[in-house]
Amino acid sequence: MEHVRHDELDRHDTTIATLPPTVDPGPDDVLGPGHNYDTVTRKISDVVFLPIKRTPRQFFIGLTVSFLMANLLLLAVGWLFVKGVGIWGINIPVGWGFAIVNFVWWIGIGHAGTLISAILLLLKQDWRTSINRFSEAMTLFAVAQAGMFPILHLGRPWLGYWLIPYPNSMWLWPQPRSPLIWDVFAVTTYATVSFLFWYTGLIPDLATMRDRAARPFLQKLYGLLALGWRGSTRHWQRYQMAYLLLAGLATPLVVSVHTVVSFDFAISILPGWHTTIFPPYFVAGAIYSGFAMVLTLAIPFRKWYGLEDLITMRHVEACAKVMLGTGLIVAYGYSMEAFMSWYSADKYERFMYMNRMMGPYGPSYVLLILCNILIPQVLWIRRVRLNVLAVWIVALIVNVGMWLERFVIVITSLHRDFLPSSWGMYYPTIWDIATFTGTIGLFLALMFLFIRGLPAISIFEVREEVHHRAHHGD
Amino acid sequence: MSSLINIQTKPEETPAASTERSPSVDVTGLREKLESAKGPEFWRSLEQLAGTADIQKFLDDEFPERTPDWKDPAKRRDFLKVMGASLALAGLSACTKQPAEAIVPYVRQPEDLVPGKPLFYATARPCSGGAIGVLAESHMGRPTKVEGNPSHPASMGATDTFTQASILDLWDPDRAQTVTRNGQISSWINFIAVFGGARDDHATRQGTGLRILSAPFSSPTLASQAAAFLAAMPQAKWHQWEPVTRIPGYHPVYNFAAADVIVSLDSDFLACGPASVRYSRDFAAKRRVMTAETPTQQKQALQRGPNEDRPEGAAANQTNARESVAGQATMSRLYVAEGTPSVTGAKADHRIRIKTSEVPAFAATLANALGAGGSAGTLSGNAAQRIPAIARDLQAHRGSSLIIAGDFQPPAVHALAHAMNQAMGNVGKTVSYAAPMDFNPTDGIQSLRELVADMNAGKVQTLLILGSNPVYDAPADLGFTDAIKKVKLRARLGHAFDETSAYCQWHIPEAHYLESWSDTRAFDGTTTILQPLIEPLYGSISAHQILSVLLNQSDTNPHDIVKQYWTGRVRAANFNAWWQRALHDGIVPDTAAPLSTSPGLPAAGASPQASQGGLEIVFRPDPAIWDGCFSNNGWLQELSKPQNKMTWDNAVWISPATAKAQGLDTADIVEINYQGRKVQGPIWIMPGHAEDSITVHLGYGRTRAGRVGNGVGFNAYALRTSDAPWVGSGARLRKTGRYWFATTQHMQEMDDREPVKVMSLADYSKDPEVEAERLPRELTMYPPFSYAGYKWGMAIDLNACTGCQACTVACQAENNIPVVGKDQVSRGRHMNWLRVDRYHRGKAEDPETYYQPVPCMHCEDAPCEVVCPVAATVHSGDGLNQMVYNRCVGTRYCSNNCPYKVRRFNFYLYSDWYTKSLYGVRNPDVTVRSRGVMEKCTFCVQRINAAKIESEKEDRRIQDGEILTACQQVCPAAAIVFGDINDPNSKVAKLKAQPRNYSLLEELNTRPRTTYQARLRNINPEIEKG
Amino acid sequence: MAQIFPRSANSVAKVSIVAGVILAGTIVGAAYTIDRGHFITNVSIAPDQPVPFSHKHHVTDDGIDCRYCHTSVESSSFAGLPPTETCMSCHSQIWNNAAMLEPVRASYRTGESLSWTRVHDLPDFVYFNHSIHVNKGVGCATCHGRVDLMPLTYKVNTLYMNWCLECHRQPEKYVRPRDQVFNMSYEPPPNQLELGRELVAKYKIQKLTDCVTCHR
Repeated sequence: MEHVRHDELDRHDTTIATLPPTVDPGPDDVLGPGHNYDTVTRKISDVVFLPIKRTPRQFFIGLTVSFLMANLLLLAVGWLFVKGVGIWGINIPVGWGFAIVNFVWWIGIGHAGTLISAILLLLKQDWRTSINRFSEAMTLFAVAQAGMFPILHLGRPWLGYWLIPYPNSMWLWPQPRSPLIWDVFAVTTYATVSFLFWYTGLIPDLATMRDRAARPFLQKLYGLLALGWRGSTRHWQRYQMAYLLLAGLATPLVVSVHTVVSFDFAISILPGWHTTIFPPYFVAGAIYSGFAMVLTLAIPFRKWYGLEDLITMRHVEACAKVMLGTGLIVAYGYSMEAFMSWYSADKYERFMYMNRMMGPYGPSYVLLILCNILIPQVLWIRRVRLNVLAVWIVALIVNVGMWLERFVIVITSLHRDFLPSSWGMYYPTIWDIATFTGTIGLFLALMFLFIRGLPAISIFEVREEVHHRAHHGD
Repeated sequence: MSSLINIQTKPEETPAASTERSPSVDVTGLREKLESAKGPEFWRSLEQLAGTADIQKFLDDEFPERTPDWKDPAKRRDFLKVMGASLALAGLSACTKQPAEAIVPYVRQPEDLVPGKPLFYATARPCSGGAIGVLAESHMGRPTKVEGNPSHPASMGATDTFTQASILDLWDPDRAQTVTRNGQISSWINFIAVFGGARDDHATRQGTGLRILSAPFSSPTLASQAAAFLAAMPQAKWHQWEPVTRIPGYHPVYNFAAADVIVSLDSDFLACGPASVRYSRDFAAKRRVMTAETPTQQKQALQRGPNEDRPEGAAANQTNARESVAGQATMSRLYVAEGTPSVTGAKADHRIRIKTSEVPAFAATLANALGAGGSAGTLSGNAAQRIPAIARDLQAHRGSSLIIAGDFQPPAVHALAHAMNQAMGNVGKTVSYAAPMDFNPTDGIQSLRELVADMNAGKVQTLLILGSNPVYDAPADLGFTDAIKKVKLRARLGHAFDETSAYCQWHIPEAHYLESWSDTRAFDGTTTILQPLIEPLYGSISAHQILSVLLNQSDTNPHDIVKQYWTGRVRAANFNAWWQRALHDGIVPDTAAPLSTSPGLPAAGASPQASQGGLEIVFRPDPAIWDGCFSNNGWLQELSKPQNKMTWDNAVWISPATAKAQGLDTADIVEINYQGRKVQGPIWIMPGHAEDSITVHLGYGRTRAGRVGNGVGFNAYALRTSDAPWVGSGARLRKTGRYWFATTQHMQEMDDREPVKVMSLADYSKDPEVEAERLPRELTMYPPFSYAGYKWGMAIDLNACTGCQACTVACQAENNIPVVGKDQVSRGRHMNWLRVDRYHRGKAEDPETYYQPVPCMHCEDAPCEVVCPVAATVHSGDGLNQMVYNRCVGTRYCSNNCPYKVRRFNFYLYSDWYTKSLYGVRNPDVTVRSRGVMEKCTFCVQRINAAKIESEKEDRRIQDGEILTACQQVCPAAAIVFGDINDPNSKVAKLKAQPRNYSLLEELNTRPRTTYQARLRNINPEIEKG
Repeated sequence: MAQIFPRSANSVAKVSIVAGVILAGTIVGAAYTIDRGHFITNVSIAPDQPVPFSHKHHVTDDGIDCRYCHTSVESSSFAGLPPTETCMSCHSQIWNNAAMLEPVRASYRTGESLSWTRVHDLPDFVYFNHSIHVNKGVGCATCHGRVDLMPLTYKVNTLYMNWCLECHRQPEKYVRPRDQVFNMSYEPPPNQLELGRELVAKYKIQKLTDCVTCHR
């Protein structure tokens, strides 16, 4: 390492001069050239310690906008509590509207994180390292959004706690046959484990932050969160064990959560809901949308903070490939649904599917096929996969498509079921839209704060990477 | 309201001005009122004024009929209340302290009153041309519901929608609540003083210049008072006017029990007229096809294990059960010739679609074919070739056939009908004529014409209007409104301060029929003495009292007036005993009018005017709110019309082809130009309507009905002329805009799903089991429930059901079902637990129409039960699908998973917590639901529990027919039967054993407890190959 | 570099874990106790009444039967509250000028009802029927306690759903012979369960745990 003058080595000076130039090593490498332990550490922690004036403008703009949107959520929810769910577009027959659509969508998005961290860890995928922390945070925040809806959509939200089994003066328990009860457990478990997993992963880095922090307050804060991590061998050994265990625990959850969510529909007798293929294709869809969201957020992030050498084309392309794969599974799901509705020879099933495609909500179905199946096929082309902008746009489209999928499933199945006499239509109101927009705002706001407050890329795991190539060289 | 003050200053100004003014409130006028009114009455007076459009804007309107627009500041004030209310409810279930509640005993308790138990009083609801005998239910002195009086000929225990809803009128917050003079609080005493003066003044001139206007009435007491009055003042005149009148002094009485072939000439006898309830009962009985013991029945008998407990009472009620489900192997055949689709038309085995103005020609042609006079005319459509077949069918049933002319057809048609009946030898068998029973039968339009002429001629100094509302509903060409202003002293006795009251110096609140003593006669003359259930809520006055003022009698107590009348007439050893019995039974013995074979028709009047090109225009009373007297009744406003399931509106009905020709579509607003008068109304394309013809319904477009009825729909009276009250021609349409309807059913086609199973009588009698093909019954993974005790079930006979929807209103009254308003209905949030679905089959131009009442099916394997996370809807020990409001958190999953979509959800706080007067109508045995909970039909579990408790106290089983659900009790056609399926001899068990029995969406294997009996069509093979 | 935390931080951390658990436990416990406490349930709290009516005096001292005032208890859902008339039937003769009874006399004079505060107040979505309970051998005291010993009336049971279910699920633990229903001092025999089962069979008492039994 070249000789550096003492004053330049001053920790408080976060000049990037001494850092290697930001170079994207391309689709074959997960780390840019010229990095050593110190540079990695500084580069990542600087995202947090960057002085206000050097923080990218986009950060402040983004935070403000998303914060305002979050306030819209506050307004919408306040109004909801005052008036009741009547402010939404729901009715009889369409008893579930945006609330449930959004719930499923957010839960789906919340899948990528744990998948990347846990499953890819177990699969020893090197490209998980620098995006796992980031996507775990995304998972948490997405699940937080999702978690709100089951409560909000209740007619009497203040009694939501009745879904939790607790000894009460009514001598009543929840009704175990209802998938909504399974939901309660599935989602809360998933949220808990995801949080533990994320936090455990953070501990060593929190220690690093503690040591790099300039102000005593921050030192104390990070110190508290680091739970006295000293990086002793014993710590590391225990840590590895715990992390592996959690990974093992989280893996089945990735599958279980969305399976249970899909039961909310599959258990019912409604044509369009009552389908055995739901669990697998909900899970696939969830991962699909999860990765789409990871890319949607990671690509601007790496650009604004010049992290192309840490989140490289390798990551982008890998995610794109996963999207392509899961997207195909989803496509299979759709075609199976269509096929079965014909093959079952059940008049309700057949009508449902025809209505889904050509009925009043036909356009949303067409759009969904476009967004989820046709457009993503461009990812077969390597040039597209290697074009960051293109990948980002596809990711965005997939996000839209996955939301539409849930919309189509929930609304078109409900609005025309068995008796023609009770068929109806569903039109979202401004409050439906406000609530949805609000959750997006809250989600983004939390992401921005996370980036600003915690190391968004796992420092020690990238260091491992450095170590790896230094000693077992390649 | 400003206008009311205007009347006081310069009487010639019309109040119309105020309603056309911008919504902004005349605050100066209001301030005047504040000053003028003193003391506590003021608030009552303001309430009483709330009927007027501008005050309404001014008052903070808390009626939930108007679903709040969030921008409306008045509404915003409510939120905290709503919030608080909801939280309070939450409190009951969460850990909150229950607020202290007061309990208030009587000071002196009435002897016969047992707190907590309802009492029933026999009385009757007078309706145009007759009355329906009712048993009114009273909870601790509070009338909450009316049921039919089984011993009354017009009721037979059933009632119609209007009678059911009439209880709401009693508690209507917009009722007139004080005597007013020029809109100022006054008093009955003042009225007597002033009017007494006028009376004495007129008396000196033998009553010259004193006129009375009322609707035709049959009350013997009132009639005798009127006679006495006219005797005392020979120069005074008594005018009679009612917008929906029949031929005066003409009272045909039909006997459907003896009629095998019925031809209706535009007669809606199942829905219109004072005897419609009774006729529905008889008609349905004649069409109840029952096959004896069938294989299905034996199968079921086998399925029932021998060890299954047989009810002790079974043997006892076996007999009555059998006669109650009595039916025959065949059924009567009904032909209906009409232009405007009617409930009766929907029941027809053959419906002949002709223009309403062609009905006389049709009658003549048919009469001609039957050799009963009349000359063959030219008919549109396929009517002509149908006639020979119909004629042959009639001739094959001499003495057992029946030709009915519609109430709204001219005397000529009735004469023809009588001629045909005579020729067929039906007179005296299936039709006979009751002697006139109304007071001084007069042609309403003629009578009103005279009055207007005299008023214009200045011959009228004093006008007393009893009940009727001519300013609103008089024929447009008479110019009543201008004429009335020429009268010096105008007084009005009325339910609410409405259009006519606004033109009278005096308004006297009219007593509701449950508030006052009186008497009335049914369609066949049977008399009922009306007894009040409650002191007049607002010191309301009855017509008897007004008359006694006119007669200068000191005694103005209606009870004494009525009793005195009867004391004079009854030759009973012990009058008080007789009186008690008459009150108790609800009918005065042998008062039925004598029947004769001569119709006593007036000479056939002017034949309908020749067509002037353009479209034919037909006027009809509204199926839901009749002639407008029910405009302020939320239950009826929200009751979907049987024909098109539309609520909160009237529309211009037009046939699909004509609409196409006119380039119109449903919900287009058109300007109807008819005889130089213009009215704007929305189009409704009505399958089965006659070509080149439109139908408009009366009773809408009220300006002073009250908070519910004001500004709803358009006013068809503005087009109606005295020369053509029911059908005219020369109407022209011009599209002017778009409209939005609130309907409860958007799809009319059954698809391939056949919710209503229909078969021809021929096929059925050939092979009844066709309908009985079944999927395997016991496909379920859950162990079957065992029902040791009772096993409740319901059977609905679609062959009997007429689609009148009395069941819907009865259910609403019994179960405290809120009214949600047009906006919410249009969002698909109407709350009626029991809906009546309407389906069309066949070609759009002239389809068959079928009705199907759909309550909760109470499925054995209920999809709703498994998905509720908090067990708020679960299966009961006797097979009810229970809905527990206080446990419901409102996930709405149960509704999503209900294939019948019979569940209703409180999206907002729909129950009115603020309008105090409406507390009165609530049924204390049923929870008033709050915001955010699901609700649905409970099989009237409150009635089941009551019967259960009584039977257990007497240590016996519940007898068959002991429990009547609200819908069953009200049903005029007795189409709904409820009972214990465990008892093989129960009515319901027998019906379910019929091969016609099927359950809705059977393939889903939800195994509903509510099943249907398939609809049969008695097709004439000559007309249609079955 | 200097340590951020003092050495003691380690022990503090350990202790705080324990402390946290204990704190949470205490809070939950406290909440539960308050929720089930008299303040919330109103058990054994005698509310203020317009007249300090003493059941003890009227029932025990004067030996008046429950049904003298609560007339409809055997026939109706509502046990009935005596009209002022009933009070005056005696108090027009005795204590006819006691200041304490002025509200009663006032009510009789003016026709204005007395307004008592409900002691046993079920939520409006609960439909309770006195007559059937009385007819099936549920004693007054079983639910209302020894009212005959109460100078001022208070409730002895929460009237919560679990309390109702206790009997609806196993009536044999509580029923008594019909002739003992109005006997306030009735003591269940040692063989209550045995007797109970007999009575349940004899009176055809059902274990009514359907929701619609009380909620409709």
